[in-house]
Parts: sequence; C-alpha cells; structure tokens
Amino acid sequence: MSTDAAIMVRRNLKHTVRNPIAVFNAILLPIVLMLMFVYVIGGAFDVGVDYVDYSTPGMILLAITYGLSATALAVNSDMTKGVINRFKVMDISRGAVLTGHVVGSVLRTIIAIAAIIGTAFLLGFRSSAGFVDWLGVVGFSLLVSIAFSWLTVGLGLAAKSPESAGMAVVPLIMLPFLSSAIVPADEMGTGVRQFAEYQPFTPIIEALRGLLAGAPEAGDVIPALAWTVDLALVGYLWSISTFTKRA
Amino acid sequence: MTSPAIAATGLRKAFKDKTVLDGIDLEVAAGSVFSLLGPNGAGKTTTVNVLTTLLRADAGSVRVAGHDVATETAAVRKAIGVTGQFAAVDDLLTGRENLRLMAELKRLAPGERDAVVDGLLERFDLVEAAPKLVSTYSGGMRRKLDLAMTLVGAPQIIFLDEPTTGLDPRSRRTMWEIVRELVAGGTTIFLTTQYLDEADQLADRVAVLDHGRLVAEGTPAELKRQVPGSHVRFRFAGPEGLDAAARVLTGATRDDENLTLRVPSDGGTRSVRTLLDALDEYSIDAEEFSVHTPDLDDVFLALTGRPTTEETAR
Ligand SMILES: Nc1ncnc2c1ncn2[C@@H]1O[C@H](COP(=O)(O)OP(=O)(O)OP(=O)(O)O)[C@@H](O)[C@H]1O
Ligand SMILES: [Mg+2]
Repeated sequence: MSTDAAIMVRRNLKHTVRNPIAVFNAILLPIVLMLMFVYVIGGAFDVGVDYVDYSTPGMILLAITYGLSATALAVNSDMTKGVINRFKVMDISRGAVLTGHVVGSVLRTIIAIAAIIGTAFLLGFRSSAGFVDWLGVVGFSLLVSIAFSWLTVGLGLAAKSPESAGMAVVPLIMLPFLSSAIVPADEMGTGVRQFAEYQPFTPIIEALRGLLAGAPEAGDVIPALAWTVDLALVGYLWSISTFTKRA
Repeated sequence: MTSPAIAATGLRKAFKDKTVLDGIDLEVAAGSVFSLLGPNGAGKTTTVNVLTTLLRADAGSVRVAGHDVATETAAVRKAIGVTGQFAAVDDLLTGRENLRLMAELKRLAPGERDAVVDGLLERFDLVEAAPKLVSTYSGGMRRKLDLAMTLVGAPQIIFLDEPTTGLDPRSRRTMWEIVRELVAGGTTIFLTTQYLDEADQLADRVAVLDHGRLVAEGTPAELKRQVPGSHVRFRFAGPEGLDAAARVLTGATRDDENLTLRVPSDGGTRSVRTLLDALDEYSIDAEEFSVHTPDLDDVFLALTGRPTTEETAR
C-alpha cells in the first residue's frame, strides 16, 4: 500500500473513533438479529441441525453487510463536502482516499465478525472445523468484506447525497435475507427460491457453512470465490472510474 | 526575464451547450499577484478549476509553473496550493489534525511537521481552536484553516478563490498581510475576489471577466484611467447657491434636483484650494464638499454595465 493510502487509512480510523455509535450499531445489530432468530424465530424452521449452527454463516455475512451503510455515508460525505477537491489538486495517488475507506470498512467488519462468532459460541454453536478450515473462514470473510466494501464505495461515490447513499446499500443488506442465510432455500416459495438459488449470497453462505462444518464442498466454494472476486473487481473498477469522473 | 508562473491561451470551456469560458488568454508573472474580478457566474471558479487541474478545458493550453496542465498534471500539482471557494476541510478531524494530515501528505520531514503546524495555527489565530473538531468551527474559522492548509509545504504558486469572503475585517487584514508576506518571499498568487478594494490593495495586475471573456486587463491604475476622471462635488443649501457657483466655476456640470455641482479636478490640494478660493471670493457657501476619484467599482460598472455583485447581493 502506498504511503498516501496509509495516511488515508489513519484518517479513516480517526473518523471511526470519533463516531463510536456507528461502529457500535454495526456490531450490535447483527448480534440482536442473531438472538432474535435463534430464540424467537429459529424454532419454527426445520433445518435439520441446531438452528444456531445453521444460522452462524448467514450471521457472519450480516455482520459484513450491516457496517456498509456507514462506509457509503462516509464516502459520500467526503465527495459532497469540499475536502475531496483538496486531495484532488495534490500530488497524491488517485485511489488513496478510496483505499482508506475500504481498509477502514474492512477493519470495522473484522470486529463485527469476531463479535458475531463469539456470540454464536455463547449460544451453543459447535463447529467441527479444523485449523485450516478456520483459516479459510477468516480469509474468505475478509475477501467478501473487501468485495462488498469496494462495491459500497462505488455506491457512495455514485449517490447524489448522503441520504441516497444510505439507501443505496439497503439491497446489499437485504440480500442475505433472501438467501439460504436464515432458511434453507427449499423451504421458500417458488419465486423467492429461484432467486435465492441464483443470487451470489447463497453460494457464499454455503461455502462458509461448509468451512465452518469442517467439510467445504468444491461445488459451493468455487462459485462463491468466483462471485466474490468478480464483485470485488467490478466494485473496484466502478469506484475508480466514478471517482475520476466526479469532479 | 523568467518564464511566467501561469500562462493560458485560448481557454474554452462549456458545460453541455452553455459556454462558460469563451477564449481566455492570461499570463501571470512569477512572484506577482494577479486578481480575477467578475460578477457571479462570470466563470472565475471555472477558470481556477481549469488552472488547478480539477477540470479539463475543451480547448486552449495552460502552463502552470512551466508544466502543461493536461499532460504534466503531477508536476503542476506539486507546485501549486489551492484554496477553493468552499472550504475544503475535514469536519471530523480537529484543526491541528487537518494541518498534520497536510504535512504528512506533503511529505514534510517528521521533525519539521510540528513546527510548521504550530506556526500556521499561530499565524491564523487558531491556537485555541486547534484541539476542537472542525465541525464546531464558525464559517470564518473554517476559511482560515482552509487557507492555513493550503500554505503547508510552501507551494510556489497559490490559487485563492474568494479567500476573504465571509471573513471579519480583522481576519481580512491578516489575510492581506499574509498574501503580501508570501509575495515578498517569491510566491505567485492568483486570486479571485468580489471585493474591488482587495484587488486594488493586493494585485499587481487585474483582469475583469464577464460572460466568459476578459473585458479588461492591466494594473489597477491603468484600469482606473479607463473610466471618466476624478472630480469634486459641491452640494448647496438652495438653488441660489447653485446658480451663483455655476456662474463662477465654469466647466462644471450641475444637477438641479440634488442641488449639486460636479467639477472636473485631479483632487490634489492645490486644485481643490483654487476651487474653494473661487467660491470664497464670491461668498458662496457650499453645504457639503467631496473629492471623488474613480475606484475599481467604477471600472467594473463601466466595463460590465452593471454594479458589482457585492452590492447587488446584499
Ligand atoms: N459543473 C457545472 N455544470 C454546469 N454548469 C456549471 C458547472 N459549473 C459551473 N457552471 C456554470 O458556469 C458558469 C460560471 O460558473 P463559475 O462558478 O465559474 O462562476 P463564478 O465566476 O465563480 O461565480 P461566483 O462569483 O458566483 O462564484 C455559471 O453559469 C454556472 O452555472
Ligand atoms: Mg466562484
């Protein structure tokens, strides 16, 4: 990472520390959701295993997506307040500001993921994953987080106002609910099921599920990786071109 | 002769089909202050954006610090400092952190940073506000911090887009002093302003922009010479005084409605004394007497056919 990007990452971390409520929300909401699903709603579905075991991979994904609205907001307010013009007329690397946001976003996500996995264990989550599987879980979560952060940076750049930036990430936050995160796809109505089967979150969650169970399946992992890498690339290229266009 | 700090030829810029810059040529000598004047929407900010690499011109060429703005962008950016029309400060950092951020991005030596930051805080009267978040600053404080951030790393060419708009009189003076100090140290300043006295005070050369064209360019003195000369104005208590004075002071223009008489004069003590002596000789008393020398306001009015935006905006 260039020195410029490192400076921008520090700037972002300072912002994050100044706004603890946003961080707190991003950590707390997934935990609350998890408690709700495990204790209130989970019993209603027959998922074949303990519901907490079933829902943990989906909750990890929720922990990743919930923090994104803060990222979109931060990126957008950078663009709409004049400070970006100052960076633009300085001889610093073009993507440094954006890299700063992505790294900040990923760091926040790591905390949220750690919190959700901790909660899962407290709720009786049992995993037969070995060391290598856990490495896979961590690495894959990071990759997913990076991919969605770049997408979110793009959304934040494209939005006209902070409000619309906040709205733009709602689909990303909703998508896990329409995947196999909460309920197995075959328990859903036909239309939703088809959607759930073909949307990127389902293979991503199934891959995580496999890794956490200590039995990753190539049939899930390969499409999941393909989706993630594609999304990361699209998000990155889109962000950079939007950034260059938007004066 | 050294090469100019800024040289632009045939600059054109249109947004959609609205022409904003319609062939601008300008040259700014290194180490001088150049002021761009113009009413709202004349294209001042657009000009600054093109000169500072924020915006690409549709046609024309620009060299800043000897580098082409379009092809040697990085070299241009290294040489310039820019304070835009709207404060470009980071609200979620403190004043000190904003300045430190600049010091880091400009790669000041670590040992040097604190001294530079402290010096600027001092100079802009922001020491007390330094540890506070910028989101709590007043408009003028943000403006001052914005300027201070531009000065970090001592850029050789500085662009200021309406730098004193929103500053109180004292801060304005401070700002003027800083501009003078910078120029004394060899910095080139390109500044846009709505305040004509500011251009008069600071600028070596002034250009007036209107509808995307430069309608006049020269030293403040040269521009002032382009408008009708200075005069002395007398106001009388009644028509009798006016009649009497008009008979004595030949070549004067009378205004019966306002009971005033306008006499061409260079405004110097000798010629004014001659006028007063003439009135005295016939025991004519004027109620009021004023010497009027044209200022850039008159130039502005004469050239753009409307009063300065500063006045209309209020
Ligand atoms: N991004 C843009 N898209 C479309 N039109 C624009 C854009 N930026 C500026 N303009 C138009 O260009 C013209 C000149 O604008 P500019 O901001 O350069 O004026 P200015 O002289 O700086 O005015 P002011 O004194 O109000 O700051 C205006 O008519 C404005 O509406
Ligand atoms: Mg402007």
